[in-house]
Amino acid sequence: MKRIIAFTLFLFLPLFIFSQETLTGMIMDKNNPKDNLGVYGANVFWLNTSVGATTDEKGWFKIPYNKNYKKLIVSYVGYKTDTLTISDLEPIHHFITLENELEEVTLKSKKKATQRSFIQTKNVFTVNSAELLKAACCNLAESFETNPSIDVNFSDALTGTRQIQMLGLKSPYLLITQENIPSIRGAGQVFGLTFTPGTWVESIQITKGAGSVINGYESISGQINAELVKPLTDNRIFLNSYGSLGGRYELNSHLNHKISDKWQTGIYIHGNYRNKKFDRNKDGFLDNPLISQVNVMNRWQYLDAEKGWVSFINVRFMDDSKQTGQNNFDPLIDKGRPEVWGGEIDTKRFDSSLKLGYVFPQLPFQSFGFQFSYSNHDQDSYFGLKTYDINHQSVYSNLLFNSIIGDTRSKFTTGLNFTYDIYDEFVNSINFSRKENSFGGFFEYAYDNSDNFSFTSGVRVDTHNLLGTYITPRLHIRYVPWEKGVLRASIGQGRKSANVFAENQQLFASSRQIDIQSSGGKIYGLDPEVAWNYGLSYLQGFNLFNRKGDITFDYYRTHFQNQVVVDWENPQRISFYNLDGESYANSFQTEINYFINDNLNLRLAYKYYDIQTDYASGKLSKPLTPNHRLFANISYETKKLDDIKQWKFDLTYNFIGEQRLPDTSTNPMQYQFEEYSNSYSLLNTQITKVFSEKFEMYFGVENLTDLKQKNPILASDDPFGDSFDSTIIYAPIFGRMLYSGLRFKIN
Amino acid sequence: MKKTILIICLLLIGFSASAQKKKKNSKVAIEVDGVCMMCKKRIEKAALNSKGVKFASWDLKTHQLSLIIDENKTGTKIIQQNIAAVGHDTKGFKAKDHVYNQIDACCKYRDKKVVDSHEKIEN
Repeated sequence: MKRIIAFTLFLFLPLFIFSQETLTGMIMDKNNPKDNLGVYGANVFWLNTSVGATTDEKGWFKIPYNKNYKKLIVSYVGYKTDTLTISDLEPIHHFITLENELEEVTLKSKKKATQRSFIQTKNVFTVNSAELLKAACCNLAESFETNPSIDVNFSDALTGTRQIQMLGLKSPYLLITQENIPSIRGAGQVFGLTFTPGTWVESIQITKGAGSVINGYESISGQINAELVKPLTDNRIFLNSYGSLGGRYELNSHLNHKISDKWQTGIYIHGNYRNKKFDRNKDGFLDNPLISQVNVMNRWQYLDAEKGWVSFINVRFMDDSKQTGQNNFDPLIDKGRPEVWGGEIDTKRFDSSLKLGYVFPQLPFQSFGFQFSYSNHDQDSYFGLKTYDINHQSVYSNLLFNSIIGDTRSKFTTGLNFTYDIYDEFVNSINFSRKENSFGGFFEYAYDNSDNFSFTSGVRVDTHNLLGTYITPRLHIRYVPWEKGVLRASIGQGRKSANVFAENQQLFASSRQIDIQSSGGKIYGLDPEVAWNYGLSYLQGFNLFNRKGDITFDYYRTHFQNQVVVDWENPQRISFYNLDGESYANSFQTEINYFINDNLNLRLAYKYYDIQTDYASGKLSKPLTPNHRLFANISYETKKLDDIKQWKFDLTYNFIGEQRLPDTSTNPMQYQFEEYSNSYSLLNTQITKVFSEKFEMYFGVENLTDLKQKNPILASDDPFGDSFDSTIIYAPIFGRMLYSGLRFKIN
Repeated sequence: MKKTILIICLLLIGFSASAQKKKKNSKVAIEVDGVCMMCKKRIEKAALNSKGVKFASWDLKTHQLSLIIDENKTGTKIIQQNIAAVGHDTKGFKAKDHVYNQIDACCKYRDKKVVDSHEKIEN
């Protein structure tokens, strides 16, 4: 035995002596391991030394060695830099892997709950999942309650749907995309946001101003993009349940499964339900509609980082039904009869999309992308004796190519897109069906001196069967005059066809006569809406008492060249007509974020709106829009116990200034509103207790002070009479609401 | 048999000859001395300002400057010269002292104290 050991030692001795001088090894590419091809030109060196070597054509290297060298660094452009621990002197065979650019983009965002970018050229505000949890309920429409840039309005008393506004303009003037595919448009305008459950949303990017030309010409005051949870990064199992004293129950479950190295899939099921009737203000009408919704989505994610391919396939089906109206309304008996007023809205929606991305493995700055989506939105509804049915089928596709000019400081994106929309629309059985299609090309150039100046300028040309052929230019500039200060400016044009009924569905819950003053235009006899948006923004980061904070000043102006004016000024009528004169929306916002200490964060905002339109009856400010708003949010988190357990407290305050109400002076005395509403304050709060990595519970109160609009429905005692109107809503209807819920997740 | 070998040889010659052709998107890496994120900015800027450099990324930890260059327009020698001209040493070219003296105090990578203080912050 001894002899064998001695012999072995003897055998290895020469090798050992030789190896003390050089370590040899081979660097290979994991991309094609079968060929065993070496990587030529990879760098190998010892950590913290200048001792290095480069691999030869076959991938081999020789590097001087001494005992003190323990960590060997292997690096190659476009590949991950690896650090190897060298303990023996056996020749090394090491595979290097591609730098995974695609994955990094999706993984980044988890640190701050909200983030205003110092680096991006556009004025983008990112809301991450931590912030989304602060508004525990329940869908995308309600996700903006802790965000001062977006106003969540109270929609009509009957549908209970909240609409959002940015820069003082309602959501149709915003381009709302889901993972960069336009999603809430056309027939889905009013209810669309409520069809995306909150737990499905991973993060939201809010861009103020004109936005990018890449996603189309429709954005006027801004863009909102919702990124959904991804099978690869979402919890393996997630369960959420919610219940409120308003009789609303929600259930969410996510199941994610790894199929293979490259394929991941997830199934997401959402249900919500409210069958309890509430009439707290005793006007004989339900405060909230009865609802039930089932929403199922299946996602497939493909990722091959080495070859540079990434793909998403989505399929979603949703069935939503609502019942509104008088408390004793029974659809089976009362539908279509002028005795008890009520209505039902049934919506079925199918969505599918495919995304495909390819990053050239040798050129990390060059990529291709392809997006395709098809949706079918089918709404059947009646409100009292009025009926509204719309079916909207939509096809969207976008092909884009990204690369550089010269070097990575000059980037461009160019591509083509195609949309096709079929509307089958019937208002009280009058047919308003139409088909729209558009084909466009775009080019966007982005320059960034990687220091203090950048700009993005884009232009697109589209040809649309009803809107004609037109050019859409957009420009964003960013300049850093001094440390932590960012100055931004933007200018751009947008246009859209106004879907007058889909966008203003609350009109059906009134006795107002519909009056479209046709000018011979192609869409409902009206012309397309065209507007310019100009913006100026300044962001300054600061350190006060050794704590970080930032302050923002935003000024934006939207100037309409043509607008389809929605005129509510006659209480018996709603009129739509082309703008004759001037229409603009000016908005100013200032916002401060400050960390008072590690656990306590404060956000304050003030907003001023000046929105004026030349109506047929003269120049008026926009109804139901306050000039002044204040916003404050305080969030406090206790120190984490065992790195996990903690309490989170969140309090949001809103002051809403007085609002001009649509003219009701020609109504009988008892059916009139004042000229202006009173200003009021709202308070929401939420407490979350994190028990473990897997389990947390939350409890909250919306509208803590129980503030209510006294008389939300005009002529609620005579719903089939001339003055019935439930569209003038300027404050909450329901009052205080308590809720609680739990979240359960397994990674 | 001989014929086949000959053909293979010819093929290989052709292959190696074409391999010698200058590449439009060639990946190269050079070592550049520096200590902080400001150095990173300066080094990358100098690299990108060299004609023919398309992509530049300097790694703080490894001191490797990864480049994608058009070999028809530039070579590592020129790039190293340009980087030395803004104050950073490379294997082939050392920055002149008067240039090195002009870079910010926190970037003085030749000074062991500065390097150590950066390492402390990182740890």
